Amino acid sequence: MSGKTGTTTNNIAQARRTVQQLRIEASIERIKVSKASADLMLYCEEHAKKDPLLMGIPASENPFKDKKTCILL
Amino acid sequence: MDQTFLAIVFGPCDKCSKNKPLRPVSVKSEQRSYCSLCVEMMATEGLHENETLASLKSEAESLKGKLEEERAKLHDVELHQVAERVEALGQFVMKTRRTLKGHGNKVLCMDWCKDKRRIVSSSQDGKVIVWDSFTTNKEHAVTMPCTWVMACAYAPSGCAIACGGLDNKCSVYPLTFEKNENMAAKKKSVAMHTNYLSACSFTNSDMQILTASGDGTCALWDVESGQLLQSFHGHGADVLCLDLAPSETGNTFVSGGCDKKAMVWDMRSGQCVQSFETHDSDINSVRYYPSGDAFASGSDDATCRLYDLRADREVAIYSKESIIFGASSVDFSLSGRLLFAGYNDYTINVWDVLKGSRVSILFGHENRVSTLRVSPDGTAFCSGSWDHTLRIWA
Repeated sequence: MSGKTGTTTNNIAQARRTVQQLRIEASIERIKVSKASADLMLYCEEHAKKDPLLMGIPASENPFKDKKTCILL
Repeated sequence: MDQTFLAIVFGPCDKCSKNKPLRPVSVKSEQRSYCSLCVEMMATEGLHENETLASLKSEAESLKGKLEEERAKLHDVELHQVAERVEALGQFVMKTRRTLKGHGNKVLCMDWCKDKRRIVSSSQDGKVIVWDSFTTNKEHAVTMPCTWVMACAYAPSGCAIACGGLDNKCSVYPLTFEKNENMAAKKKSVAMHTNYLSACSFTNSDMQILTASGDGTCALWDVESGQLLQSFHGHGADVLCLDLAPSETGNTFVSGGCDKKAMVWDMRSGQCVQSFETHDSDINSVRYYPSGDAFASGSDDATCRLYDLRADREVAIYSKESIIFGASSVDFSLSGRLLFAGYNDYTINVWDVLKGSRVSILFGHENRVSTLRVSPDGTAFCSGSWDHTLRIWA
């Protein structure tokens, strides 16, 4: 089990990196899903009126929608 | 908003004295700044006291277990349950309003200009085209020296585009309005990877570009000098996509890869701060929720998922038994209520992000949908396909 072969030292470096990375990830602060969900919903609600694809905007305001021409009878 | 990355992460290494991007490192309890090569060398020096390969592995396992435990403790409810009290969405009528024809082969990538009107697209045939989406006119076109131009992006100023693919590079082309413009002559090579370029994006300015590559890394580059400012290592396989956090939320970005992982990175330190591994196959696309608190992913496992960054877990899966083909690209509507996803079965599915249900399915493309982006003002979205065309939907 000598630490002198190339592959063993690579494995050690890899394992050390993994442990270090996991330590960082395990230590972050988290909030409950109920709170996170409430915040996502709040954001949607607050911005819904300004979302053209959600609300649909009249053809006259959307440069991509064709404006209907008037037919004079 | 100027981000002075150069001042923070670039300079003479405390070990080898070479000028390189630096990382903070603890050597015998003292803070030092080493370049990534010296960090690697330090890591490969023999075992520390009380450390064996086996002990490191078991520590890794126990940390993973702890992570799962911590995440599970906060899993008190599902998003769609909380969303039950939200009003259901009505019927959506979205149609193809424009079809952009001109590419000679599969469209692989597209991006909107901040002017909400121009679009850049790139194709397997090596061509990169800039379109006026209102009139469908082609304003600029350049032929790359390689085929499969898998990534393209519009600069924030609207004055340049970036692209790359099988050439392993990301190049920037300034856009001019000269009569006999020769775009290829003004080309500037910025990024160099050791495998294909899969994604690229300018940061807040025309001065920096973030790239993702088949070589398993992401990297941040200075456009003017072509210098590497920071590199991001951690994916175990090709990185296929990336997205920058909305500017208000700070200096992070998310990437997705063939290792089925989505990783969130700190742009200044090069550190991965969070990672998520719940998909069953390659992640083809990642996109931040407009508030920056979450991101969505699309995968070859035929699902799209929503990950909340503050809860540090997956909070929704968008899937149906009838959907069996991979999702290639995803984007949110302006409010984040709708998720548009393009699939390899030629369709686009529109999902209610909060309730988890599908609200619409859009037909029109005659081959895989490979790329999809909502316009900057949210009035429309554009999809690109292997059927050689791009479509604007509203």
